[in-house]
Amino acid sequence: MSGGDRSFRTELGRVRGLGAAKEGVHHWWMQRVSAIGLLPLVLWFVIALIDHTAADYAATRAWLASPLTFGLMVLLIGATFYHAQLGLQVVIEDYIHGEGGKIALVLLTKLASLVLALAAVVALLVIAFGH
Amino acid sequence: MSSPQRPLSPHLQIYRWQLTSVMSILHRITGVALAVGTLLLVYWLVATAAGPAAFATAHEFIGSILGRLLLFGWTVALFYHLANGIRHLLWDAGRGFELRTAYASGWTVVIVTAALSLIAWIAAYASRGGGM
Repeated sequence: MSGGDRSFRTELGRVRGLGAAKEGVHHWWMQRVSAIGLLPLVLWFVIALIDHTAADYAATRAWLASPLTFGLMVLLIGATFYHAQLGLQVVIEDYIHGEGGKIALVLLTKLASLVLALAAVVALLVIAFGH
Repeated sequence: MSSPQRPLSPHLQIYRWQLTSVMSILHRITGVALAVGTLLLVYWLVATAAGPAAFATAHEFIGSILGRLLLFGWTVALFYHLANGIRHLLWDAGRGFELRTAYASGWTVVIVTAALSLIAWIAAYASRGGGM
């Protein structure tokens, strides 16, 4: 429709709206979705932490092992590291200009986010179901 | 791209800083800082899972001067990124782009960050029952 004869984009490409990166606004959109999800989770976490500053080892484990805390913590960990690696990717892409270094650093942050998230979830599983 | 003699924009030595641009870069800086700060959260969870000795070591570090400074910085960064993130979400919805509104929302974020950080730490010390 618009663009007329001067546009090199195909009709199909325009309809799909995925652009050169082949994923359209997915990255941008998921950064916002995870941000909105993190708002209540982070506020809950800070309030709960304040409530447990005086908790000893047994009380902390009992708190983290309760089903509600366990579920909210897993959601918090998932949303946090998902949001973090999306955000770090944007920062790296903006400031690191060498293509090789950029790709390596983005992959490294994604791998580190995955490993840290898994470590946190395994720790939560051990606390909830272990010894 | 082939003229290295041109001055950089912004010319940092004579650049007049504005609240809006400083807050913009602070959003990124606090975001990166929070990402690094997740290391402490994961360490604390792993230590709690590992047992009483590791838990005690973790709490010794978190309770130290350095630990508390890190935690205080984390609190400020978190509330800043959270409040300014809401500001960004409103911009994404197409609201608040007028210069006056952008400055008003900017100062609101600064005040909310300071207030929530103070409230959180006062509440945390009160929750500990007055002791350090």
